[in-house]
Amino acid sequence: MDQSYIIPFIKSVQNVFETMLQLPVQIGQPEIKHPGDSGHDVSAIIGMSGDVDGSVVLSFPTATAVRIVSLFTGTELEANHEDFADAVGELVNMISGGAKAQFPGKNVSISCPSVVVGQSHQVYGRKDVVAICIPCDSDCGQFNVEVSIRQGAGSPATAS
Amino acid sequence: MKVMLVDDSKTMRNIQKGILTQLGYTDLEEACDGLDALSKVGAFQPELLLVDWNMPNMDGLTFVKKYRELGHKTPIIMVTTEAEKARVVEAIKAGVNNYVVKPFTPDLLGERIKETLARIAA
Repeated sequence: MDQSYIIPFIKSVQNVFETMLQLPVQIGQPEIKHPGDSGHDVSAIIGMSGDVDGSVVLSFPTATAVRIVSLFTGTELEANHEDFADAVGELVNMISGGAKAQFPGKNVSISCPSVVVGQSHQVYGRKDVVAICIPCDSDCGQFNVEVSIRQGAGSPATAS
Repeated sequence: MKVMLVDDSKTMRNIQKGILTQLGYTDLEEACDGLDALSKVGAFQPELLLVDWNMPNMDGLTFVKKYRELGHKTPIIMVTTEAEKARVVEAIKAGVNNYVVKPFTPDLLGERIKETLARIAA
């Protein structure tokens, strides 16, 4: 995967959490995700298509997600509340939208988000696209942004 | 002032409701997508609309085009994650009066609302 796709996500996740939650986020060293890596409790997933295609996953342990959603919505919501998934989905929507705006000259669309809630689940993307895990830390706990995208099949290849 | 909030995220509608209420706008109607909004504008007769772009069933851009085709001149602010310049231009061409990129602060949304209403009143 083109490494230049990662920086926009780092900037965007910091911007979204700082602006909407007043929550600073510290970024760790991005790493390639491997099969069998530890699972997630809450995942918000969004697809990208157009000049860039693939998926973005925002994943949390349950306790972290509950704290973050409470900050975001101003209400204490348990993970099984219907509005909980809506809030987590909106976070991945803003992160992905903010990141794609930083892909110069690319026309990219994002899907409506999906949210998975379930202890220690795995999210698998396309086998032919490397997934990069961006570890994030905050006062609400640790979480990850997993980016698995590549140049879209329909867009012309550029010399590099 | 009657304000309609069109966004598929209830969380985002609630955040916008809180900001609007603080600004003194309490006559609010909600719609969860463009189709829902089209079905409600006739009865509610909004004086301002805040419209998301990416929504199921009917996206915000399609809603704006259809709403303008019906002859409505009510000001519309698009509130969306779509931040690319080309998207902003596309929205303005479709009939959007102002544009707010998510994430936003309460102050920014408040300023854009006041700015939009002032432009219309001028």
